[in-house]
Amino acid sequence: MAYLIESDSGTWEVVIGLEVHAQVSSRAKLFSGSPTDFGAKPNTQVSLVDAAMPGMLPVINEICVEQAVRTGLGLNAQINLHSVFERKNYFYADLPQGYQISQYQYPIVGEGTVVLDMPDGTTREIGIERLHMEQDAGKSMHDQDPKRSFIDLNRAGVCLMEIVSKPDLRSPEEAGIYVRKLRSIMRYLGSCDGNMEQGSLRADVNVSVRLQGETDFRTRAEIKNVNSVRFIMQAIEVEATRQVDVWESGDEVVQETRLFDPNRSETRSMRAKEFAHDYRYFPDPDLLPLDLDQTYVDDIAAKLPELPDAKKDRFIVDYGLSAYDAGVLVADKETALFFEEAAEGRNAKLAVNWLTTNLFGALNAAGKEITESPISATHLGGLLDLLADGTISSRIAKDVFEEMFQTSRDPAAIIEEKGLKQITDTGAIEAAVDAAIISNPEQADQVRDGNDKAIGWFVGQVMKATQGKANPQAVNELLQTRLKG
Amino acid sequence: MSLDRDDVRKIAFLARIKIEDAELKPLADELNSIIGWVEQLGEVNTEGVQPMTSVAEMLAPQRPDQVTDGNVTQKVLANAPDRVKNFYTVPKVLD
Repeated sequence: MAYLIESDSGTWEVVIGLEVHAQVSSRAKLFSGSPTDFGAKPNTQVSLVDAAMPGMLPVINEICVEQAVRTGLGLNAQINLHSVFERKNYFYADLPQGYQISQYQYPIVGEGTVVLDMPDGTTREIGIERLHMEQDAGKSMHDQDPKRSFIDLNRAGVCLMEIVSKPDLRSPEEAGIYVRKLRSIMRYLGSCDGNMEQGSLRADVNVSVRLQGETDFRTRAEIKNVNSVRFIMQAIEVEATRQVDVWESGDEVVQETRLFDPNRSETRSMRAKEFAHDYRYFPDPDLLPLDLDQTYVDDIAAKLPELPDAKKDRFIVDYGLSAYDAGVLVADKETALFFEEAAEGRNAKLAVNWLTTNLFGALNAAGKEITESPISATHLGGLLDLLADGTISSRIAKDVFEEMFQTSRDPAAIIEEKGLKQITDTGAIEAAVDAAIISNPEQADQVRDGNDKAIGWFVGQVMKATQGKANPQAVNELLQTRLKG
Repeated sequence: MSLDRDDVRKIAFLARIKIEDAELKPLADELNSIIGWVEQLGEVNTEGVQPMTSVAEMLAPQRPDQVTDGNVTQKVLANAPDRVKNFYTVPKVLD
């Protein structure tokens, strides 16, 4: 769906490119042996290398390299066997080295593509420009003291992957789907936990606008360090509207860095720092270039897990799911796994419905993730079996499901204990049907006169009388014979 | 390539080195002579020669992903001029 902004001079479209910073999942930092755990006491996860003491030398962590390569492969991207670490020079209190070790001219990963699953079931390809490895900075706290900022270097030196998209995104919605897809791919790969609350995933958002039909890009602004999907989408909306207003009023958008303030729903210019962008990159003399061989890359490629796109295709073919359903299920690795366990050898469509409607609904209401689901995949599968073999009716199944969600118990045990088994004894159903007909002669006549709606009403009565334990289809058939046969 | 006083002022600012105006001209001269010397290397024909990154032909050494360091807070903070508990502090950064 096109996202367009109307104004006096015409219709504007939005051009968006994202730089996503993803924290690599590793035990130790990129160039030192200190730990990367989140939430540790200040300055406990800092080595003399991270604190940039004189004479300390960086040595690269092999897992970080592997994770970058794995992510590159997951983005269908070119892996560069030769890449170079450079120094990006700037001064800031939480950057003890006075430079960030990053990659610039020769990144480890080149161009690739990410496929977005749009809500209408279609897909859209977004280009990846590059992925490079770099060090994270420390954390500054400005609210602890009136005159001082506090610095914690625990995060300094943790490995980040910066994933740069091409300016292919055209709406806040697409940008949101793109970030979620990146996160999904990296979670499948195990290369980044994608935890936005803990800052494992942050984005710089480049936004420009242009009149529909224009082929060149206009000047863009960069919104720094946005840390949730919702804020990314809001920031784009707000910034695009601002830029349209700027052009409309006869001014020009200036290329600058801006900050998004979600409380005021506005972006504002960061204090224009003279020379701010003069980073004077040069190859880090402490580090040799990173040279990989093709066998190394091929080995990693051979061990990649099934990724969301492949899984989606397989779900469509193997389980006969719609593109939309398959897309929903594979977005999250754990959900996909849950589905497969629950659907294996069963009616897949039914499994999807119970999973996406009933279980997702209940989990949402309880504020739980699929991994915390009180109902296991095996138990949900068990419930589907009891439905399929006629042990319980679908109405009873809903009650059993509720009970399962409360108690995490096996559905068979719940049914046994509460006597919820569907009545298969024809005599009992016949008795209930007959009783219903006798007590409702008027409705019975209506059915005899050909009113099929009244049949449905009778089915309801019998189900009520049997506390939902009768098989509605059997009831329906019996009613047909009794009243019309 | 040749640097003038403004270039030197800019470089000094980027490096956070304080330079008096009177020093700009002599520094520009000094830097220019260094650049001139380096530029002589440009006279060598390096067509088809790969950039050399190390005198020894070797690959970058790598470390295994093991926690072998950290938990040296006191050492790390030993030179911090104005620490509060286990934080470094700096004059308030306003952005």
